[in-house]
Amino acid sequence: MIPLMSEYRDKTRVDEILTAIRDISRKQVTFMEVCGGHTMAIHKSGIPSLLPSTIKLLSGPGCPVCVTSKYFIDEAAALARMDNTIITTFGDLIRVPGSLTSLSREKADGRDIRMVYSPLDALAAAKENPDKNVIFLGIGFETTAPSSAAAVLEAETLKLDNFYILSAHKVMPPAMSALIDGGVKINGYICPGHVSTITGSRIYKPLVEKYRIGCVVSGFEPLDILQTIFLLVKQCETDTPELENQYTRAVQDNGNRKALSLMNKVFERSDDWWRGLGIIPDSGLQLKKQYIKHDAHRVFEINFEKGPEEEAGCRCGDVLKGTISPPECPLFSRVCTPGNPVGACMVSSEGACAAWFRYSGEAKP
Amino acid sequence: MKGIITMDHGSGYGRTSELIESLFLASFSGTGLSDQGDSAILSIGSDHIAFTTDSFVIKPVFFPGGDIGKLAVCGTVNDLAVSGAHPRYLSCGFILEEGLPLEDLERIVASMAQTAQAGGVKIVTGDTKVVEKGSCDKLYINTAGIGTIREEYTHITNAEKVKPGDVIIINGTIAEHGLAVLSFRNSFENSIISDCTPLSGLIEKCLESGADIRFMRDATRGGIAAVLSELAVKTKTGIELFENAIPIRDEVAGLCEMLGFDPLYVANEGKVLMAVSEKEAGKVLSVLHNHPDGKNSSIMGTVTEKHPGSIVLNTSIGGRRIVDIPAGTQLPRIC
Repeated sequence: MIPLMSEYRDKTRVDEILTAIRDISRKQVTFMEVCGGHTMAIHKSGIPSLLPSTIKLLSGPGCPVCVTSKYFIDEAAALARMDNTIITTFGDLIRVPGSLTSLSREKADGRDIRMVYSPLDALAAAKENPDKNVIFLGIGFETTAPSSAAAVLEAETLKLDNFYILSAHKVMPPAMSALIDGGVKINGYICPGHVSTITGSRIYKPLVEKYRIGCVVSGFEPLDILQTIFLLVKQCETDTPELENQYTRAVQDNGNRKALSLMNKVFERSDDWWRGLGIIPDSGLQLKKQYIKHDAHRVFEINFEKGPEEEAGCRCGDVLKGTISPPECPLFSRVCTPGNPVGACMVSSEGACAAWFRYSGEAKP
Repeated sequence: MKGIITMDHGSGYGRTSELIESLFLASFSGTGLSDQGDSAILSIGSDHIAFTTDSFVIKPVFFPGGDIGKLAVCGTVNDLAVSGAHPRYLSCGFILEEGLPLEDLERIVASMAQTAQAGGVKIVTGDTKVVEKGSCDKLYINTAGIGTIREEYTHITNAEKVKPGDVIIINGTIAEHGLAVLSFRNSFENSIISDCTPLSGLIEKCLESGADIRFMRDATRGGIAAVLSELAVKTKTGIELFENAIPIRDEVAGLCEMLGFDPLYVANEGKVLMAVSEKEAGKVLSVLHNHPDGKNSSIMGTVTEKHPGSIVLNTSIGGRRIVDIPAGTQLPRIC
């Protein structure tokens, strides 16, 4: 294995830290991760099967696909049906159901929908197809927003007026506050590692101060996550909530200034709707006025049919709020499976329900 | 039936299985098909033959470690070989797109000839059709194959002799074909090459050793997870896998991490999974280790009576988690 990976998956060190956690853990505590990458890493490595019963891990609204409105997919599908239009998207979105359709369904119907690995691939498509509208579906938190911003700026430089973004980009801290304001009972946040490489760890300081809740920025390897859990347990046991950065090899206090300045140059905050959480003030990112000609939502103002926002019985909203664990949803594994997902938390590879379904079913020895 | 075909119907599991069960099996009944093994095992008089077919639609047609022609021969040869058969004859059908450079076709055909020789089969019949530009992507190849199979191996494909206590062996490092093709398609720079290779020689050596091989399957689409899920469900046993014992190259593991892929679900084209009785495992391993396509062979799991129908992976850090039946093509994650 790559040295970096094997070092952070070393069984001896894992055992040491597990012993340390067991030694100090007395209180019953719940920690929430708000990053899909953490959700997957936790379940994929089997961490829940190793923790003492005093510690419960919950997944929050950390999967960008899961928190996005179904109408975003419906709108993208409607845009795909316009003449001379190419939709470019990260692969995750292809299978996500909208309220009436999905991109995979539209693709099978002959729309030009292409999977890309970066908005810059979308930009290349715009360059190669000057007579077509090329729309990139901008989704994700602070991690992906800067690359969308860079693509818009590059489109400006190259005068690619046929390049657009349909933005569902969001920022994380307002949602972390909204959860606690909404009454979710947790004792600490496992703060998102990727988001924090961009924003810096300091963005969580106000959370610690306002709510007296521990925040530890975490890496993604098993040892990172266990060390983060150790730090949070220690804070709880000594009743000293604070901001700590476990992921110092990637995250600085002030983050990536270049990425932040790109993001701030192109996007401005707007109120945004999150599945499970409703409208959260200043939690969305929309293109600033001077870049409005690249904003697919505002340029095309397309009308589209809407079905119900949530399927009957689907409790994705409660899963995203952390008020229930996936198996507590009545549809989980009976009606809703990765093969036939009802809610977004099951369809996205980083969704809490998908992670539970895939990795956690009765796996105790 | 309502709805339309989407790409997930071609993933090789999930929707594909639904299609097979609700349409194909319901419409075509007959010996062999309902077993859903890699080959149909048929009897003509007292002789047994294995018969299989596969179509190849890969993009790009040339990729690191192989091409569509090599793949078309390996795919069918391997489906016969893992059924316990001795592959003998292949047919090949070409669907060619108008405008395909003859030079490319020549290269592909040469590769097929070479692979057929390496796999010990003869290509004895074929068909050629040309379709208008845009009606297919360069070329599609279908191959069908016939092999002879000894009575004592006819159980291998349907796994009826697999028992708790058996061990699961793989002949080398996983996930290379899927990632080689994906890397080449997206210009990712790395040295990952497809493991595409005919397994007939290697498997024949294993069978000749006299070891009690109870099941074999090549882990193509859906990776080792798809094969083992099917095995667990079919035999109503559980499978315990040991992450540390699953051979994988560093570069492959790293790229999977980056893309958010689980290597257990990524396609292979030169990997066979075997269930072998525990006491004969050493015999099989020593044969495998002495073969160029088996040097990295490993016992990566065991069959158990616990958790029937599902696979549990013992992770490298000592945790345990389920390995589920793959639901559709893996898609790279957002961040």
